[in-house]
Amino acid sequence: MKPVLRILSRLGNATVGGVERLGFAARFFAAILRQSGTSVVRPGLVVKEIYQAGVLSLIIVLMSGMFIGMVLALQGYETLVRFGATESMGVLVALSLVRELGPVVAALLFASRAGSAMTAEIGLMKTTEQLSAMEVMAVDPIARVVAPRFWAGVISLPLLAALFSTLGIYGGYLVGVRLIGIDGGAFWGQMQAAVDWRYDVMNGVIKSAVFAFAVSLIAVFEGYDAKPTAEGVSAATTRTVVTSALVILALDFVLTVFMFRGGVH
Amino acid sequence: MNRKIIDLWVGIFVAIGLAALVFLALKVGNLLTTSEERTGYQVEARFDNIGNLKPRAPVKSAGVVVGRVESIRLDDKTYEGVARLHIYSHYQFPRDTIAAIFTSGLLGEQFVGLEAGGDTVMLKDEERIRKTQSAVQLEKLISQFMFSKAQDAPPAGAPASSPPVATPAAPAAVPGAKP
Repeated sequence: MKPVLRILSRLGNATVGGVERLGFAARFFAAILRQSGTSVVRPGLVVKEIYQAGVLSLIIVLMSGMFIGMVLALQGYETLVRFGATESMGVLVALSLVRELGPVVAALLFASRAGSAMTAEIGLMKTTEQLSAMEVMAVDPIARVVAPRFWAGVISLPLLAALFSTLGIYGGYLVGVRLIGIDGGAFWGQMQAAVDWRYDVMNGVIKSAVFAFAVSLIAVFEGYDAKPTAEGVSAATTRTVVTSALVILALDFVLTVFMFRGGVH
Repeated sequence: MNRKIIDLWVGIFVAIGLAALVFLALKVGNLLTTSEERTGYQVEARFDNIGNLKPRAPVKSAGVVVGRVESIRLDDKTYEGVARLHIYSHYQFPRDTIAAIFTSGLLGEQFVGLEAGGDTVMLKDEERIRKTQSAVQLEKLISQFMFSKAQDAPPAGAPASSPPVATPAAPAAVPGAKP
């Protein structure tokens, strides 16, 4: 009887704890929005964080986009050549990147490259009591430290996702047209005929914006909520990457259902 | 790192990010053409069978895209498929235009083809195209072909069909007799 009770109480504790953290995260999000005035008045703070989160993630995002586009073209060719539809390669590469892979993979990379860094930075500031010191000096740490990082993430990720898709399509073009030898005119022409800027491109941008809010919030929240110890910061950094990945993929499913509904609209 | 260099890099990042968005909208998507395509008029075409026609499928005349299929629904009074066609405003068609559903290639997507008639009065917004031709269904074609073959066959086929009935019986009896 006793072990059963212990399991039950642990389960209940974890559930209550999870809901409590969710409530704290929501309150934290509201606080960020309230304290965002500083980021507008002093854009230099946000610019510095965009450099950290966006510019430094460029290389990994651009390279991954390029390689994913190239692989898509190679794999797509294998299937399309059976139906004699290799001219549709442009459509295949562009639609998969713009609708799904661009926003999702860029967000995953962003969470592991920039999100984890944000968490570690804020967590370490908390551990070394820099945040408390700011409070003592009547500087709100949410306004001065958290909000600029949050908005930097929100601005950077959609741009990174667009760059990812662009480089991916270029990679697809390199492999499809230059390497395999599909007709370049058909590649671009069919792509333009099939990709709708509102239905496909804008929905992809909306997706990456939603992911940007989610990943940035998770990253700064985990940092702010980290246990002020060395293990606490490392655990928080891990949680950022894991939670971000799960939230991105779950949100992606929900958004896809809303946006595309299997082509019926 | 120097403040100015950071600003410069962030500026470059935002600029190429926005350039990528513009590239996606213009070169990959079809934003360039939509300004002239957005204005247009709607006509309705009723088909006995709409086949695999999908919303957003092209409307073509002489192979040139002149519009898009806006929506498809079933009229539950006449049980006809009703396709609303959005035709770009700079294209005008006579009232006796024929709308037909074609397939591009053997397995390709279906589209609505418009064949202009000779009427001097042009189609207006919210009017209906009276003459339509349904989608060709491969199953129907095959069954028609089979029926017409079957109808052709009996005079020559009837005497020919009786020996084959007898022949399978003979080989069947041989293996049965062997053991």
